[in-house]
Amino acid sequence: MPDRNDDDERGTAFPGPGREGGAENPLRTDDVMVESPTGAGLRGRGHEDDVVTGKPRSLWSDAWHDLIRKPVFVGASLLILALTIIAVAPGLFTDTDPKFCDLQFSNQTAQAGHPFGYDRQGCDIYSRVLHGARPSISVGLLVTLGAVLVGGSVGALAGFYGGLVDSLLSRLTDVFFAIPLLLGAIVFLQAFPQRNVWTVVLALVVLGWTQIARIMRGAVISVKEADYVVAARALGASNMRILLRHVLPNAIAPVIVVATISLGIYIVAEATLSFLGIGLPPSTVSWGGDISNAQVSLRSAPHVLLFPAAALSITVLSFIMLGDAVRDALDPRLR
Amino acid sequence: MGRYVLRRLLQMIPVFFGATLLIFLMVYALPGDPIESLFGERAADPAIVAQLRAEYNLDEPLWKQYLLYIQGVLTLDFGTTFSGQPVIDSLARAFPVTIKLALVAFTIQILVGIPVGLIAGLRRGRFFDSFTLAATLVVISIPIFVIGFVLQFVIGVKLGWVKPTVGAEAPLRDLLLPGLVLGSLSVAYVLRLTRTSVAENLRADYVRTATSKGLPRQRVVTVHLLRNSLIPVVTFLGADLGALMGGAIITESIFNVPGVGFTIFRAIRLGEATTVVSFVTVLVMVYLIANLIVDLLYAVLDPRIRYA
Repeated sequence: MPDRNDDDERGTAFPGPGREGGAENPLRTDDVMVESPTGAGLRGRGHEDDVVTGKPRSLWSDAWHDLIRKPVFVGASLLILALTIIAVAPGLFTDTDPKFCDLQFSNQTAQAGHPFGYDRQGCDIYSRVLHGARPSISVGLLVTLGAVLVGGSVGALAGFYGGLVDSLLSRLTDVFFAIPLLLGAIVFLQAFPQRNVWTVVLALVVLGWTQIARIMRGAVISVKEADYVVAARALGASNMRILLRHVLPNAIAPVIVVATISLGIYIVAEATLSFLGIGLPPSTVSWGGDISNAQVSLRSAPHVLLFPAAALSITVLSFIMLGDAVRDALDPRLR
Repeated sequence: MGRYVLRRLLQMIPVFFGATLLIFLMVYALPGDPIESLFGERAADPAIVAQLRAEYNLDEPLWKQYLLYIQGVLTLDFGTTFSGQPVIDSLARAFPVTIKLALVAFTIQILVGIPVGLIAGLRRGRFFDSFTLAATLVVISIPIFVIGFVLQFVIGVKLGWVKPTVGAEAPLRDLLLPGLVLGSLSVAYVLRLTRTSVAENLRADYVRTATSKGLPRQRVVTVHLLRNSLIPVVTFLGADLGALMGGAIITESIFNVPGVGFTIFRAIRLGEATTVVSFVTVLVMVYLIANLIVDLLYAVLDPRIRYA
């Protein structure tokens, strides 16, 4: 709630050099939380773990060198690449129309040419699982993009200008933050009789941008007093230029980490809404909708539920692992 | 401490009005028409529409509608459900069940998350730690309704250890499995949070002081280390209530628990917009109040706030 903004300032000191304040600050909430209520805290990066060998590397190339050597990161990236290809062109992997259903095959298990079997309506599950990737992944990507744009702008302006602007924007963030994502999305979507990918994206962006805003605000506050910002100002750079060229590039790291992890969370949120029957419409092939339909015949045909559920879980796991790996690389003190 | 409490209460006011205004706007100012949606596919009789509009104050200007809505919320008058019952009555019936379910989930979170997190934090980097981290990552990635169906199918149907669905009276025994499902995600978060917090505070000065005073390790860990490490966990539990209420909609629908979540789920499925909105509004109120309480609890746990 309101006062937790103060924690964020300390919590997201990043990449403020040499701030080792973690231990004296038990109010700091930690970065292990994916849906951190107070904004996942990324702490200062110590100097001492850099063994100097030749040219010093930047934060980004340092992180990249760490990442490509981590099996978790490589594995998650490959999975995401594969999922993206499936989402873009499911036709490459199956010729079966996911909406062509034949009731005589209702709930049958795997057979030649149909490796996952059939669902209750007699549709090919393999094809439906492949075609279900696109709505899930596009909702996840679009919501993350929207949340970063809205939350990033609000947070950056609040942190950079401070004073009245900060008070107003922070209170606005508090108001949106006070409404739980899923409950708010249900109310929001209830207002739309015709729902599609865009209404779901809109609902999740409207309720989901606050976390990014808080993190962005904290990160901007922690770098805006840095020497290079003072130097740029002394040289006569405009506020806009300072914000875009000097502050944002140095404050964006924690936002990227949280955005990657939340991508997985938004995919779950979309599937949950579709499962409840208030997300994507039944005409759209989606994992959440298919899982919801499979529950009717769960006892007699558990395989109908298994495949879309596994696809959904693997997708979410890939994004969360990717975010975990990126966070470790950007914040070595955690290891 | 008095000033802290007062400040917190004052800060609560704009958030309360802002959040209610937001919900109000989402319901009444967005394109969809709640009255028309009542009629579904059929054409609506204009006379009935006009009557319903007057009944729900929809013929008033927007600002007046909001004031009437706030008045209703503050006097616990949440309107009537689709079938004409007052919402408060059906809330009174469903709420105790949901609270019981949430308490089961909370107990599991605390009994599993904190001790396991403590052990993992004390053994940071060793096998047990890596194992729990990987296991929690998997739990976090699997959506709650998948966990629900799988456990219902395996434990309830195949093994038959518990009843797969909950009866009308919702006895505690039946609520164990739904509570486990509802709490599973938060168990993972609580565990990870406790682990990181413990691992970090292990290097704090006060732990070194306590050890060098010659206190037994058990006392250092339980009294000094754990108590200080739990502060972020308490914050999390408060904010997590929002996720818990969202999860209750799923869990209660899977296990047929006759609580608030089930009512909301059924109303969504039947397209009863007014019921959905009034129930969700109540849940958001509960969430706001619970977070206020957690913020006040903070002061009890953290002396730096108490004396600030």
